[in-house]
Amino acid sequence: MAKQVKKGILVEIEQVILTPDERAPQVPDDTRKVPLVMRARGMLTDDSVIGEEAGIETVTGRLLTGKLVEENPAYDHGFGTPIPELIPIGREARDILMKNRKEVSGT
Amino acid sequence: MKDARMKLSDTSYAAVMAKRNEIMKRSVGIDYEKYATGPLSFDYQGLMEDTGYDIETVGCIQAETAVGDTPMVQLNNLTALARTTARGGMGARIFVKDEAQNPSGSFKDRRASLSVYEAKKKGYKGVVAATSGNYGAAVASQAAKLGLSCIIVQEAFDSHGVAQPEIAEKARACEAYGAEVLRLSVGPELFYVFLLILAETGYFNASLYTPYSVLGIETLGAELVRDLSAWDGGLNPDVVVATHAGGGNITGTGRGLEKAGATDIMCVGASVDLSGLHMASDTDFNRKSFTTGHTGFGIPFATWPDRADVPRNAARPLRYMDRFVTVTQGEVFYITQALAELEGMERGPAGNTSLTAAFALAREMEQDKIIVVQETEYTGAGKHPIAQLNLAKQMGVTVRRGNPEENAPGKAIVIPEHPSQIQIVDVDMEGLRTSYVKNAGRSLQPGESPTDTDIAFLAEDCRATEDFVRRVLSEAI
Repeated sequence: MAKQVKKGILVEIEQVILTPDERAPQVPDDTRKVPLVMRARGMLTDDSVIGEEAGIETVTGRLLTGKLVEENPAYDHGFGTPIPELIPIGREARDILMKNRKEVSGT
Repeated sequence: MKDARMKLSDTSYAAVMAKRNEIMKRSVGIDYEKYATGPLSFDYQGLMEDTGYDIETVGCIQAETAVGDTPMVQLNNLTALARTTARGGMGARIFVKDEAQNPSGSFKDRRASLSVYEAKKKGYKGVVAATSGNYGAAVASQAAKLGLSCIIVQEAFDSHGVAQPEIAEKARACEAYGAEVLRLSVGPELFYVFLLILAETGYFNASLYTPYSVLGIETLGAELVRDLSAWDGGLNPDVVVATHAGGGNITGTGRGLEKAGATDIMCVGASVDLSGLHMASDTDFNRKSFTTGHTGFGIPFATWPDRADVPRNAARPLRYMDRFVTVTQGEVFYITQALAELEGMERGPAGNTSLTAAFALAREMEQDKIIVVQETEYTGAGKHPIAQLNLAKQMGVTVRRGNPEENAPGKAIVIPEHPSQIQIVDVDMEGLRTSYVKNAGRSLQPGESPTDTDIAFLAEDCRATEDFVRRVLSEAI
């Protein structure tokens, strides 16, 4: 069953700004195959259903409408797992400096 | 309160683009036509001076919001590392201006501070900026301090909804400062959305390319001269390296150095090599690990600055850049890791582009010479080598140790096995000047021909002789 979201909750909506056939003449072919899409966040102006048209008021007070995609949208960017190719760099660099200091001081 | 709103009866792409000059004029409050001196030329210094902001005034405005006066740091261990890879007696001392200490974490606060101050002075209720980079957070931070509304328009994700982690972090930061963030999929039509927002809201266009945005950086150039002259023994920079994208950084820094009386410094622009990747391509979007400071902006903005979101770009990089070099993504990630582990400074990778170039440039200079890297940027979730390299791997880009000469943008990120492998590649300045003059020639409308004033302007704008300009124009037109 489609999920209901209450008025006043922070949500994210999506709008299609330009369909593929409306895109600018200079865009490359791969970009022309897909629409130009915009996502915006704001407070839901009426009780709405995920996946359906909904209205929001943004933080600057603008009223926008679009497809409701997410309730209380997450910041899910992060770091991820450590990168094995970066891990040895510090130790290698310190070893180079140590070796060089020994050569310079003759010890 | 100023009302610069504009009712658009037709909001189609073509109709809005046709109104671009009118929308921009209202949103910046500058009549650019007033400065035209010929079909191609304009009064650049007049445009800058008519703002009424001298460098002392800019410094006072920035001090009010704690922008600028960042620490100058000598990088002893990175200098020592560079010297182990240099010939005897070579290896300049490397210094860095720690611009990450600005309120929103980058030198962009300098650019935003004057833009937002001007917006408030002119009576605009809010500011809008089209940027996926640190500038968005800077504009949002300044707008918060000055009590203006703020909207940031970003190119943020590909058609599969996969966000660039660095840009996702900028969106979060902008929202943290109370800004509205509009996130778009890939494409140059972001500018169309930007124009629609300007027309609807009547807000100020806090473009990166207005005189305010460039004048705001002049304090950085002047401060680094001051910082070094106050250093133990009194030092003078020999080379200043600036990461180059849209051209504002090197232009503002170069102007600031001039205003501080330092006219014999070599200004080097540095960009990450992303050759072969198309900047408007949906599939290439997430195959790059740098979203700014790369050749995808650096080359086009050097060879035609007036491609910007204002009629005349105040950033004119060929006027101030003595040398332009590229480095690879893997080399910048190496130096970012080395900066953290050898100097105890964890900073964002994009800002370390110029440091990577400086590491290689230092080898060309004697040990008593001074090389200054004029920025760092903040780091954190998304805006970090770990996040960027995890995305690269997810997108099928090979990440491995090896010789960075094997780097292939979008296909392979090669992280050096040894610091001696970090090298710069020079961009042909003569080629850039030629392209610039050709692009100018191509911008002439039917029936127009270049005047003597145009020739003199173009020569000054790319630091070439008038004979050179005439020769290239005659081939281009």
